[in-house]
Amino acid sequence: MTLPQLFFAYFATAMTTLSLLVVTRKNPVHSVMWMLVLFIHIAGLYLFLNAEFLAAIQIIVYAGAILVLFLFVIMMLNLRKEETVKKYQAQWPLGAGIGIILAVFLVSILGKITVLPALGKYSIEAIKSEGSMMTIGKVLYTEYLLPFEVASIVLLVAIIGAVVLAKKRIE
Amino acid sequence: MSINGILWILIKTISVVAVFLIHVMFVQLFERKAIAHMQSRMGPMRVGWHGVLQPIADSIKLFFKEDIIPSSADKPIFFIAPIIGVIAAVSSLAVIPLWEGFSIANLNIGILYVLALSSVGAYAVILGGWASNSKYSFLGGLRSSAQVISYEISMGLSLVGVMMLAGSTNLSDIVSAQEGRWFVVPQILGFAIFFISALAETNRVPFDLPEAETELVSGFATEYSGMRWALFFMAEYAGMFVMSALAVICFFGGWSGPGFWIFASVPPVIWFLIKVYAFIFLYFWIRATLPRYRYDQLMRLGWKIFIPVALANIVLTGLVKILWK
Repeated sequence: MTLPQLFFAYFATAMTTLSLLVVTRKNPVHSVMWMLVLFIHIAGLYLFLNAEFLAAIQIIVYAGAILVLFLFVIMMLNLRKEETVKKYQAQWPLGAGIGIILAVFLVSILGKITVLPALGKYSIEAIKSEGSMMTIGKVLYTEYLLPFEVASIVLLVAIIGAVVLAKKRIE
Repeated sequence: MSINGILWILIKTISVVAVFLIHVMFVQLFERKAIAHMQSRMGPMRVGWHGVLQPIADSIKLFFKEDIIPSSADKPIFFIAPIIGVIAAVSSLAVIPLWEGFSIANLNIGILYVLALSSVGAYAVILGGWASNSKYSFLGGLRSSAQVISYEISMGLSLVGVMMLAGSTNLSDIVSAQEGRWFVVPQILGFAIFFISALAETNRVPFDLPEAETELVSGFATEYSGMRWALFFMAEYAGMFVMSALAVICFFGGWSGPGFWIFASVPPVIWFLIKVYAFIFLYFWIRATLPRYRYDQLMRLGWKIFIPVALANIVLTGLVKILWK
């Protein structure tokens, strides 16, 4: 195996193992900790793909903000009782079966993948020449301006909704 | 990459970290002396001339102290929390350019890297507070998580103006973009927000609510003792250094100094250190002067004042940049 393949093999195995650890831990705080390690691995994979901007955003947004909020809520709820409750419901064999079928399907098409040469103007060289951050910014604010704005409005609606729900009714 | 290249990186990393840790050790003496003189005291005087060897005595004491672990603590997380803090703070050094062309890693996303690590560093306080399984530690951890999330946003936004002016997030490029005019002049608003948010992000007075000793004993660090406590302490001071270095690089021209008379022959790294230590002195000065904020005041300041002002600063910078072009 070449060095990049070894790297990818490490990330793939580590990420799968970490995801399993996240869902199987009894203590929710431990789950969040494994998820933090998982997010750092995802950022590592982005770095490996030369997407350093995405890697930084992955850490800042997911590890630094969203996961801290998770942790905050879990700590506030003080889920000590959860530790003794049975984690899995009766349907888990059905879920496992579907998972295995999906895995078999994915493995069976592995050999049929053909790698196409880079299409369009955003080739690896073009991105490298001006940096991934600049490229993402340009694409986001010109070609995909409308979807970007729509996404912002959706988020704004969610924020307003949360404020309305949390606010006390004034009689 | 050749073996020589890897060796060179290793040498750079080890020497920067070693020198940095010595600075972290002696900065606490600086703090105790500075605050003591502001309060008309002498500060540490016993160990060595005017207490210069005090940090060494302190380190030896902490190193040999008994390591007490609460019986109901969550041990793995209790062990790992202070280590996360130190690693996050010290790794930020990798992108700090000490003088022209010298940084361990010249990343294109330098600012984002420092911000990412400072948000990971928050886990140390949160997890340390939770794992100790004590009321005071837990409250400290909760306060810290809310505080860090809020002030991270305003800190990130306050640096956007700098990124726009420099047209880059590479810290070396930001320093070279400030030739002749430091960014503190056009970005005075951004600088004010950055500095105050950095105080909150490093849990320093007046925002040291996670360890508020008058209410929470010692907050998140209550149950920690000996070397583990020392690691938390190191992480806090290392974070202070990193934030001061970031302020110097983004707003005060980094390693550049006045280029005339005898000043021109002073090495750039000395200018960099002088500026960083000026900021650190400012941290101590504020600690000796201001009382602690109340928690609701802290949240109001962060969300209702800093974030809108930082956003306005971005719009203003963008407008000026377009109109001046």
